[in-house]
Amino acid sequence: MKLFGLVWANLFRKKTRTVLTLLSLVSAFLLFGLLQAVSNAFSAGADFVGASRLVTQARVSFTQSLPMRQLRQIESVPGVEAVSYQQWFGGIYQDPKNFFAQFAVDPDRFFTVFPEWVLTDAEKERFRSIKASAIVGSQTAAKFGWKVGDQVPLESTIWPTQDGNKAWSFEIAGIFRGKDSEWDARANQMFINFNYFDEERQFGRGAAGIFTSKLKDANQAAAIAATIDAMFENSPDETKTQAEKDFILGFAKQLGNIGLLVNYVLFAVFFTILLVVGNTMAQSVRERIPELAVLKTLGFTDFTVLFMVLAESLLVCVLGAVMGMSFAVVLLKLASGQFGIALDSGNLTLWIQAISAAIILSFAVGVLPAWRARRLKIVDALAGR
Amino acid sequence: MFSALNQISAITIANLRTLPSRIGTSLVIVVGLAGVVAVLTSLMAMSNGLAATLMTTGKQDRVVMLRASSETELNSVLGRQDMDIAKQAPGIARDAAGSPIASAELIVITELLPKGQTKGGVNVTLRGVEQMAFTLRPEIRIIAGERFKPGLREAIVGKAAQTQFSGVELGSTVRFRGADWKIVGTFASGDAHESELWVDLETAQTSFGRPNAFSALIAQLESEASFDAMKSTLMADPRMKIELIRERAYYSAQSEQSTRGIRILTTLILIIMGFGATFSALNTMYSAVSTRTKEIATLRAIGFGGLPVMVSVLVESMLLALIGGSLGALIAYVMFNGYSINTLGAGFTQVAFSFQVSPQLVATGLILSLIIGFFGGLLPAFSAARMNIPVALRAG
Repeated sequence: MKLFGLVWANLFRKKTRTVLTLLSLVSAFLLFGLLQAVSNAFSAGADFVGASRLVTQARVSFTQSLPMRQLRQIESVPGVEAVSYQQWFGGIYQDPKNFFAQFAVDPDRFFTVFPEWVLTDAEKERFRSIKASAIVGSQTAAKFGWKVGDQVPLESTIWPTQDGNKAWSFEIAGIFRGKDSEWDARANQMFINFNYFDEERQFGRGAAGIFTSKLKDANQAAAIAATIDAMFENSPDETKTQAEKDFILGFAKQLGNIGLLVNYVLFAVFFTILLVVGNTMAQSVRERIPELAVLKTLGFTDFTVLFMVLAESLLVCVLGAVMGMSFAVVLLKLASGQFGIALDSGNLTLWIQAISAAIILSFAVGVLPAWRARRLKIVDALAGR
Repeated sequence: MFSALNQISAITIANLRTLPSRIGTSLVIVVGLAGVVAVLTSLMAMSNGLAATLMTTGKQDRVVMLRASSETELNSVLGRQDMDIAKQAPGIARDAAGSPIASAELIVITELLPKGQTKGGVNVTLRGVEQMAFTLRPEIRIIAGERFKPGLREAIVGKAAQTQFSGVELGSTVRFRGADWKIVGTFASGDAHESELWVDLETAQTSFGRPNAFSALIAQLESEASFDAMKSTLMADPRMKIELIRERAYYSAQSEQSTRGIRILTTLILIIMGFGATFSALNTMYSAVSTRTKEIATLRAIGFGGLPVMVSVLVESMLLALIGGSLGALIAYVMFNGYSINTLGAGFTQVAFSFQVSPQLVATGLILSLIIGFFGGLLPAFSAARMNIPVALRAG
């Protein structure tokens, strides 16, 4: 710790160079923070759901509906505690750019199976009792400035009403939040009262898109999934049942390999930054050879000198990482919800990834110059040989 | 004037000759720009490839009819009566036998496994078509096997789908909704349809439990100009709620929508990486100028002007940037040109496409690297030109 002052002073030996190096590092880590957040949102982003629910969809594809009679059959499978069903509504609010997801659900079943969404009892009661009502996530409500009691007109891209029109209107019965920050970041859907929706729609009545089963024991998941699928095998409505997490990951997979793309970009960025910072460090040590020799003459050991150079590189990298990441967090906060995906800016994993990357980077760029400083022969260095 | 030019070229050439001795620092600019241009070119090649596939799909003189405000074929549901009325609309071309050249089609989404994966199917379009679909779309060519036969559970599969997904090789069977479908042919079309499976319309309707349900009617117009009259006639028809879109416009709109995400991402990455590269170029050029302090001061002392010194620094930085940019474009070309992938299209199904590294893209990359090289060299060039000569000569 005593050496910190010295390391810090060395850092600003050439201000322009340090500032420019830092700015390069800030750009690299800004990009790292943003891309990794996008990548996490698409790949690792399903850990939050836990393992206690199964999703049953039509085996052909989840865009095919399943008949409602399957509900009772799934409910009767031992180990299934409750079943909720939902249907994709595909509505547009004013402009297709205002995209957010809407599903028609049965209020009671929904509250039982998804306790993670938090509403007051009064709001739940309104959702049950008002026919043409919907509850909406706090993110989306905030985005459009909706309050409880507002009428929200939606134009469905799929479902015409009895009179053949596709214009629907729902009263906001409640605004829900998530039980924690992870769920809160995802509170952007709207849930519509299924009973009203089913009565009003022109076709497709008595069918749902998917069934979600809440299990009594998460360890039984694989066996229960197999039992459900076996029940409907060789019927016209064959099913595919999987853990909720896999179902969610399936959507990300549809987009293609986002993770791979992000890795390519980050590889290019970090390879470049490695060279930039590495070169700066090498140059900085080269210029300081006489100074380092003086330090050694004063009694600093070889390893202290090595440590000092490494510490300097670590300091630059971590400083750049923290600044870049802070910048990224601010941008993520602004962007979250804008593109229909939840970007979790306060994510600890993201910071751990960034700081690890900074530490590895600092060793990669610091080790050669540091070794050079360690092996320095006082006599040669002072003589300028 | 002549002497200024003379001075510029003399100093610049002398300067570039010393480049090899500063190879380490110079590499920073080269690699930095190679990184930026490689990433930018690859991402744009991806977005252009997807756009090109969708934009070449569809013709200006064909029309897609959907249920009003459906946006995509997938969302649209039309009945038998709608089809009958629409097919008789004025303006639809007729074949030699007098039948309208139009195909009523049903879109069903199926799941197939991408090659090399064992779980997690992706959405693939299965399109039930009438036989007239082949007259309607002459671009569909059977390149292996034969067409499916009406009434049989047979399917033909697009070339791109066959390359990207497993289980749809010629002669194999796929199981959808409790029934087996035999793959009897492969077709090529060079557009988005190549990512689809095609089957007989009525067989699809019965097999997927959607009797008398249709997604869209695709029809050949008598001429491009007959669109407007036909649109007003059909949309005014009180018996149905239908919307008409030119086929070309339908797919172009999808392209707009599908490439939006990539475009946002590319712009973001470009801005940040561009700044990063400019900072490292600045760093490099400052240190290049500082190692040459004495040399530059000597030149100034013997009568060379400030401008030639400045230009020589700028030329060095832009030349290094250009080398880096070319290298980056080359990397992008070698790694990704023609590289095929698939992603989710606007119809919520997979579209397979290839990266296209076009000459324009390469040119964009090179211009970008020159710009970054210019700004990276500008400040160091100023400081070189405004150097205090006596102080510099006495230094170190």
